Amino acid sequence: MAADVSRVSYRPKLLLFAAATLVLVLLALLPLYIGLYQTQLLTYGLIAAIAALGFNLLLGYTGLLSFGHSAFFGIGAYSVAFLLRDAGIRSMELYILIGLPIVALVSALLGYICVRHTRIFFGILTLALSQVVWTLAYKFFWLTGGSDGLRVARPDLLAGMFTFTGGGAFQRFISAYYYYVLAVFAICVAVMWVIVHSPFGKALQAIRDNETRAAFLGLRIRRFRWVAFLISGTMTGLAGILWVPLNGLTTPEVLYWTFSGEIVFMTLLGGFRNFTGPIVGGPLFTYLKTYAVATTEYWQLLLGVVLVLLVMLLPTGIVGALSVATAKLWPKEKSA
Amino acid sequence: MILLQTIDLSKQFGDVHACDRVNFTVNKGEFLSLVGSNGAGKTSLVNLISGHLAPDSGRILFEGTDVTFARIHERIRAGIARSFQIVNLFDVLTVFDNVALSIFSRERKIVKIAALADLDRDVRREALDVLSQFGLAAKSAVPAGGLAQGERKLLDVALAYALRPKLLFLDEPTSGVSTREKTQIMDTVSSVVRAGAVTAVIIEHDMDVVFRYSDRIVMMHEGKFLADGTPQEIRANKNVANILLGAPLSA
Repeated sequence: MAADVSRVSYRPKLLLFAAATLVLVLLALLPLYIGLYQTQLLTYGLIAAIAALGFNLLLGYTGLLSFGHSAFFGIGAYSVAFLLRDAGIRSMELYILIGLPIVALVSALLGYICVRHTRIFFGILTLALSQVVWTLAYKFFWLTGGSDGLRVARPDLLAGMFTFTGGGAFQRFISAYYYYVLAVFAICVAVMWVIVHSPFGKALQAIRDNETRAAFLGLRIRRFRWVAFLISGTMTGLAGILWVPLNGLTTPEVLYWTFSGEIVFMTLLGGFRNFTGPIVGGPLFTYLKTYAVATTEYWQLLLGVVLVLLVMLLPTGIVGALSVATAKLWPKEKSA
Repeated sequence: MILLQTIDLSKQFGDVHACDRVNFTVNKGEFLSLVGSNGAGKTSLVNLISGHLAPDSGRILFEGTDVTFARIHERIRAGIARSFQIVNLFDVLTVFDNVALSIFSRERKIVKIAALADLDRDVRREALDVLSQFGLAAKSAVPAGGLAQGERKLLDVALAYALRPKLLFLDEPTSGVSTREKTQIMDTVSSVVRAGAVTAVIIEHDMDVVFRYSDRIVMMHEGKFLADGTPQEIRANKNVANILLGAPLSA
C-alpha cells in the first residue's frame, strides 16, 4: 500500500537532521585525534566537497555537464588575492562577502551564453570559456602575476577575533581554519539540500528528465538552467575563496581545464545521482590524489586507472553503489 | 461560444502539406474528436496550436486573442494544455511529484527556491485530489517509470489537467493499451474533463471510442478538413467511411 501523501511526514527529515548532526559532531571532533597535516588535508577535502556540491547542481540535478567550473573556482581564488594586494583587506568574511558577488556575476554572464545549448555543445562552450579565463590569467602578468601567481597571506577570521601572526601561527591557523571551513561547509550542504528539495529543485530534475514535457508544464527551461548555472558557479567560486588562504598561493593552474576535470572526477567518484555523492567524493578525491602523488611519479596514470574502473564498475559512484546495496538488503517503501 | 479559432493555418514539411489553410473552431464546453488516417495532419495541428511548431502562415485566436506566435508558457498561462501521443512523463520522479510539478507551475510557485516542495499543504492536497480523480492515488508514491501503460496514459493526461486549462488537447490517450483499458481510460478522462467543465479536443483512431464520447467530430485528410459534425452526421458521411476503409472519395 502506498504512503499517505496528503499528510506531511516529518520523521524522515528529523532522522536525516540527526544523522547530519552526528556527522558534523564527528567531523568537529576529528582534529583532536588526527595530526595537523591530516587536519589540513581534511580542510582541503571539505573545500573540494563544496566545489563538487555546487558542480553537481548542474550535472546531477539539471543534466548539464560543465567542463569549465575551474573558472569559477579560480575567479574566487583570484578575487581574494586581488582584495589582499590591491585593497589591503585581510578579513576572511570580507573576502567572502565581496568575492561571492564577483563570482556570481561571472557565473551569470558565462551561464547566459552557455545555457543556450545542451549536451556536448554545452560542455564544449564551458570548456572554451574557462580556457579564455585561464589565458587571461596566464598572459596578463602585470595583473595576475602570470604563471608565478599571487601569494595570499593568512587572513583574520571572524572580524579579527582570530589573527595569525608570531610563533605557532601556522598551527593555530590550520586548527582554526578547519572549523571555519567546516561551518561554511555545513551551511552550503544545508542550503543545497533545501534548493534541490524545493519546487525549483524539482523543476530542474523535471527538465533534466524530460525537457519537452517540462516546457509543456509552463516551465521556462532556459531561465531555470541559467539560475542553476548561477548557483552552481557561485558555490564552486566560494570553494575557491576558501581554498586560497589555505594554499597561500593562487596560480593559473586552478583555472586550467584539467582542474575542471578534477571537479568532474570527484563528483563521479562519490556519485552524481544522489545528494551525498559529491560530499563524499570531494574529500575522497583529495586523499586519493594526495597519496597518489606521494606514492608514485605516475600518479596521473593511477588516477586514470581509478577513473576507468569507476566508470566501468561503479557508474553510480561509491554512494550510489552503497545506496543500491542498502536498498537490496533492506528494501523499503518509497514515500513521496 | 467560440473558444479557439484557426484562420487559414498552414504548415508544410518539404512537399507535404501537414496543415493546408485549416479553419478550425472549438466551442466552449464541447468534447470534440479529431479523426483521420495516419499523416492526415491531426498531431501537426495540435502541435501548431500548442506552440510545439510554428506555422508557415495563418492565425490562431484563443478567446479572441491572437496567440499565433505566443511562446509555450504563454499559451499555457492563457489556458491551452496538452497530453502526448507517446507518453511524456518524468519517470524518475514519483507519480505525486509529477502532478505536484504541474500545480507548482500553474500557481507560479515553481520558482520557490528556499522552501521545501513537500511541505506545501495546498499543493499536496490538490495533487492528491487530481490523482484520486484519475484513479492513481494509490500509486502516488511510485516512480512514474514504474507504472503500467494504461496508468502512464492517465498520468500523462492528469499532468495536463492539473494545469487547469480551459482547452485540453489529448493526443491519442488510448493508443497502445488493451480494449478493456481503453474504455476505462476514456470513462475516467471523459468524466473528469466534463466534471471540470474543461473543453477537450481528442485525437483518436478508434471510431467506437470517438462515436461514444464525442459531442462533435472533425475529420482531417491530407492536411485539410473533410468533415465536421455530430457523431450521427459523421456516421452518415460516405466520404468519412471511404477514408476510414481506404476507399476513394465520392465526388
